[in-house]
Amino acid sequence: MSKWESVIGLEIHAQLSTKSKIFSASSTLYGKDPNKQASYVDLGMPGTLPVLNKSVIKKAIQFGLAINAKIANKSIFARKNYFYPDLPKNYQISQLDSPIVEGGYIEIKDSNNQNKKINITRAHLEEDAGKSIHSNENNCTYIDLNRAGTPLLEIVSEPEIANSKEAVSYMKKIHNLVTYLDICDGNMQEGSFRCDANVSVRKIGDKNLGTRTELKNINSFKFVEKAINYEIQRQIDLLEDGKNIIQETRLYDENKDSTKSMRSKEEANDYRYFPDPDLLPIEIEEKYIMEIKNSLPELPEIKFEYYKSNYNFSEDQINIILSDIYITNFIDQAISLSKIEPKRVVNYFMSLIYSKLNKEKLKLHKSELKVEIFCLLLELIENKKITKNNFKNIIDSIWNKKNGVNEIIKSYTTDSEEDNDSVDGLIHKVISQNTKQVEEYKSGKTKIVGFFVGRVLKDAKGADPTSIKNKIIKILESV
Amino acid sequence: MDIYKKSITELSELLQKKELSSLEMTKYFLERINAYDSKLNSFISVNEDFALEQAKFADNLLSRKNENSLLAGIPIAHKDLFSTKGILTTCGSKMLESYHPPFDATVVNRLTKVGMVCIGKTNMDEFAMGSSNESSYFGPVKNPWNLTKVPGGSSGGSASAVAARLAPIATGSDTGGSIRQPASFCGLTGLKPTYGSVSRYGMIAYASSLDQGGPIAKSAEDCALLFNEMKGYDSNDPTSNYKIKEEKIKLSLKKENVKNITIGIPKEYFSDNLDSKISDILNVSIETFKKLGFNFREVSLPNHNYTIPAYYIIASAEASSNLSRYDGIKFGYRCDKPKNLEDLYLKTRKEGFGKEVKKRIMIGAYALSSGYYDEYYMRALKIRRIIKDNFMKAFENIDFLFAPTCPTTAFDIGEKTSDAVAMYLSDIYTTPVNLAGLPAVSIPIGFSDKMPVGMQIIGNYFSEEDILNIAHLYQIETDWHEKIPEEFNCE
Repeated sequence: MSKWESVIGLEIHAQLSTKSKIFSASSTLYGKDPNKQASYVDLGMPGTLPVLNKSVIKKAIQFGLAINAKIANKSIFARKNYFYPDLPKNYQISQLDSPIVEGGYIEIKDSNNQNKKINITRAHLEEDAGKSIHSNENNCTYIDLNRAGTPLLEIVSEPEIANSKEAVSYMKKIHNLVTYLDICDGNMQEGSFRCDANVSVRKIGDKNLGTRTELKNINSFKFVEKAINYEIQRQIDLLEDGKNIIQETRLYDENKDSTKSMRSKEEANDYRYFPDPDLLPIEIEEKYIMEIKNSLPELPEIKFEYYKSNYNFSEDQINIILSDIYITNFIDQAISLSKIEPKRVVNYFMSLIYSKLNKEKLKLHKSELKVEIFCLLLELIENKKITKNNFKNIIDSIWNKKNGVNEIIKSYTTDSEEDNDSVDGLIHKVISQNTKQVEEYKSGKTKIVGFFVGRVLKDAKGADPTSIKNKIIKILESV
Repeated sequence: MDIYKKSITELSELLQKKELSSLEMTKYFLERINAYDSKLNSFISVNEDFALEQAKFADNLLSRKNENSLLAGIPIAHKDLFSTKGILTTCGSKMLESYHPPFDATVVNRLTKVGMVCIGKTNMDEFAMGSSNESSYFGPVKNPWNLTKVPGGSSGGSASAVAARLAPIATGSDTGGSIRQPASFCGLTGLKPTYGSVSRYGMIAYASSLDQGGPIAKSAEDCALLFNEMKGYDSNDPTSNYKIKEEKIKLSLKKENVKNITIGIPKEYFSDNLDSKISDILNVSIETFKKLGFNFREVSLPNHNYTIPAYYIIASAEASSNLSRYDGIKFGYRCDKPKNLEDLYLKTRKEGFGKEVKKRIMIGAYALSSGYYDEYYMRALKIRRIIKDNFMKAFENIDFLFAPTCPTTAFDIGEKTSDAVAMYLSDIYTTPVNLAGLPAVSIPIGFSDKMPVGMQIIGNYFSEEDILNIAHLYQIETDWHEKIPEEFNCE
């Protein structure tokens, strides 16, 4: 048994998903040509001034409310002064004394699978720096300021995380929350979600914290775990050899799986923080906070329990559903629209849709697939009018926008297996066989719905025309 | 026709009645600059082609539209810290010796739109840091009233140019007195508006919480005309105040309406620092106001002695951060052959900034550094609050304050360059107004040893209309504002 225990605190940087930057009108899109998204303000040209993008305030409040934190009625932007070529003004606009979010917590599972509360010290708004790209080829450093001024929410935890597993669990929980709230796209490869870890070790039973080191800019769950494990072992080795830990900033090298010193505390900058005189304090009314509170989606924890006890979804399934607010909403709508039992709806979704999303790295909300179509297709499968393979082909076609949804479905539906007993089946058949009339309806000739009702009634004598009409309209509206 | 003597209203009349085109008027003032500015050094750059282009645009405007601004076609000189698109903007520094901004400052944009013609960019203390215009990389400016004396600073070039009638009017900026002090030294009228009423966008920053653009002119009337077009809410400036009145200022105050106005005389401002001759002239001018019917009352503005230290800590702290962007990487001066990144920073800033700027960056960085922040910066902010509160208390009993603009008249070039504290003390009556964010106008009220003396009228927030009206009423009664330095009082 080791006589050492580790103490970890995380600082997570979540890029807030806004169209424009936090203090300028430039776009925040990732991957454009270098410096194509840097305005005079982003460049720090003489005389330019920052103008706050108010949407970041709402997103920060959403996060704060979701972790039961206090939202500051008055919070202040401060300048953090240090020189670096990809920091155009040579100061970063951040928050020090009065962050917008203070306190709060989230719950994770510890190593015994028990709930553990991790307190969050604060979350504050700041601007991101640009990027320096060092080239060994011609001994040059290139600067790309596209990222300069992208809004960040820095989420600082208390040093209450016991080991790398808990750290990953905490990070995943925050990742899940910010993507679920749709305030951050969570893309770790593009750096939209990254973290610094403060790591120290002490003898078990010690009350005081040991000297800590800070691991900078880790951008994957796997590396967080590895970097922390390496760093804990490095510190224990040093202490067992009777040596001291130096308070310093270290960088994790994923290729060597080790950390190396960047700078020690003695070399650390004195950031000379002071309130930014260009920006007035952010004042937030209680009423506005309440408004956001009331429009906040049901939080993942609550939904988790609901799915489990009501629908008996597996935990893996629930985690997937709750990993993206668009998937959550999609499933909720599908459950309420479809006559098929929820568990089967989710099974279909996982095997037919999610596997595709996962395999091809797609985003559900960026596809043309509407919930209504998904439900219609499920019914077609259940009624054996299409095979699962065809379903997949149809989804692929919809994704690639090859044809109108109706034509796609029609081309995969086989008439011979038509189930004439089902009125729904009849409706779908009539709709899919009369694409011309569907187009007419779409172009505004809504009276043509009578044509469809007539056709259905011809084969379904005695059925309720009003309910048929409503069903037809619903389908026609969704295609 | 003695065009150089004419007020903005008179010049405007010539243009509107087509007795003179803007092109002719612009050429006239460009010729005056050519003839006289070698004595004064009040301009850093004069772009004749650009000015003539703008004049043609103005003439076009004047011929097409009937309802033009009174400022359409009038030449103006901009202090060289207002960004002018494609036109050299140096801020008086080697650091920006060849900087051509890619955009116009909001102020420049507004004035260009109404048809004003930029005839040149005026000399100034480097990054607006100075009270004598001696810290300019482009050399000191001379005072038209006596070429061995300073014109004041930091808007010394603008003041010198207008005083010598090389430009009918000019823009300036006032962080600690930089409009009012040179106006006072050169016998002009200068308005420092309420903080937030003139956009700072594109005005190169010295101390963001204090900087404010404003007019330097021959009279309160001219000031009002220019201020009318400079002021206004600007969404590009987050400190721009949405309370700014949209309506244009009118100078309509009549003698019969002044009997309800009470002016406060702060006793601390008339103490030992003040030159006794200036004190006498102030008293004569107060008598004139009394005769006009104004009421006077002595008031107290305590803690006056802390103003200068508080001002220099706050302004320097902000400057130390604002000027960090001049690093040789993106724009402006870059040193030759740096060894590495740190060397690039050090050499660029060592060579690109002058002595006064470096001094203030060091003071500011020191005041903000860990361990000193509370002792210096926070205390300075507390003093700032106290000074503001003192003004607010005074305004409970009086309507406006009169105060000297400067403790002395213009001093000799070189006289105070070696004594920083003596130089800083020349701002003692102007800085409190900046710390509180109030408006104030400095008007000429006489001469001491042949050098002009100025007096400030300080008002509550957004009272520009009132203080300009009071100044205007005085200028109807007196002719100090019409005096022209002899050497430049000819065609």
